[in-house]
Amino acid sequence: MIAIIKYNAGNIRSVQNALARLGYSSTITDDPEKIRKADKVIFPGVGEANSAMQYLKEKELDELIRSLTQPVLGICLGLQLMCKFTEEGNTKCLGIFPNQVIRFKGNAIIPHMGWNDFVSNTGVLFNKVDPKSNVYFVHGYFAEPGDYTTAICDYIQPFSAALEKDNFYATQFHPEKSADVGSTILKNFLQL
Amino acid sequence: MLKKRIIPCLDIQNGRTVKGINFVGIRDAGDPIELAKKYANQGADELVFLDITATIEQRETLIELVERVAQQIDIPFTVGGGISSLKDVRKIIAAGADKVSINSSAVARPELISEIANEFGSQCVVLAIDTKHDEDWMVYVSGGRKSTNLSTVEWAQQGVQLGAGEILLTSMNNDGTKEGFALPIVQNVCDAVNVPVIASGGAGKKSDFHSLFRDTEATAGLAASIFHYNEIPIPELKQYLKTQNIPIR
Repeated sequence: MIAIIKYNAGNIRSVQNALARLGYSSTITDDPEKIRKADKVIFPGVGEANSAMQYLKEKELDELIRSLTQPVLGICLGLQLMCKFTEEGNTKCLGIFPNQVIRFKGNAIIPHMGWNDFVSNTGVLFNKVDPKSNVYFVHGYFAEPGDYTTAICDYIQPFSAALEKDNFYATQFHPEKSADVGSTILKNFLQL
Repeated sequence: MLKKRIIPCLDIQNGRTVKGINFVGIRDAGDPIELAKKYANQGADELVFLDITATIEQRETLIELVERVAQQIDIPFTVGGGISSLKDVRKIIAAGADKVSINSSAVARPELISEIANEFGSQCVVLAIDTKHDEDWMVYVSGGRKSTNLSTVEWAQQGVQLGAGEILLTSMNNDGTKEGFALPIVQNVCDAVNVPVIASGGAGKKSDFHSLFRDTEATAGLAASIFHYNEIPIPELKQYLKTQNIPIR
């Protein structure tokens, strides 16, 4: 069973729909038992970091997520919350990845919204994914590149498009909204 | 490099896709689910549904339609039309939409923009503005039937300050004419805000999209009838724009 962590963030249905199109059933849940027992866990989300972190703490999901040993995939805000700290609401996050999350600066259009390609991509999520292929992003904050960065995208400056450490994986883009390329990336995760 | 987006828009009435000219003269343009799937497969970058019916019973039909479309397409999906409360937004997002587009209700009660942004994030709120040029470009509401005393540029700025993450700007003068986008007002709005601007109204030829992306900072072009009636197939449009060196997926 695949567990999609339920919390106060939007577009969770999109992830479930994408899994269903690939032939996988999933359950949207905040039940710690179900999450712990799942074969795979997806931590999705769009929303505001500070209120999302508070919600996770109230439900004691923060400790739970950190302690998971099966493959976990964070998406978008999920990726940012798996980092150490985000400038959004000056929020201390889960600290699974040591990266800092900061806001795009300058006069460019923010959020970074739309389809963009990779500067580079490595790691198991990107098996059979051409770096020139485009995926869908929508975010105003980003994780600075670091040791665990497996994919880099460039908008205003290079940033982490994906991270990987032990059993934890995360994408800043939305694989569930990234057409065929996104499906390949999700399949790569589901087949781990 | 970030790509320019091509967005087909489906105007929905009683569960069918329809299209009017200059906001009136509606004709049927097909089954929305089939069209949505076709566009996603053809490489559309996003999809917009605008519900132009607004009675309570019909809105329930819309929710079902949104659910069925969201199950089948793998690109971002915006739903608008008749959304006037946070409760409406929750239903549409729960049905699987990624963003909502609000128009008249935001003019009537601008705080709605902030309420949605606070709950779902700015990226979820598309402020749709119908604009018409008389002496200046002014904001119209109620499907273009009612004028307001709001200046388009000022309203766009106010909307972004309140939390709108994107502006969908439709020129009523150009809509349905197939004579090209209203480039000056598109660029005026781009200059005034730092969020993505989607230009809408007037696309009739492939070169209209080229002019839009060459002469303005719009990040997306939206059209309806040229796609529905297959006058310009999306793959052909995208191929053409690539040869014109516009960054396109």
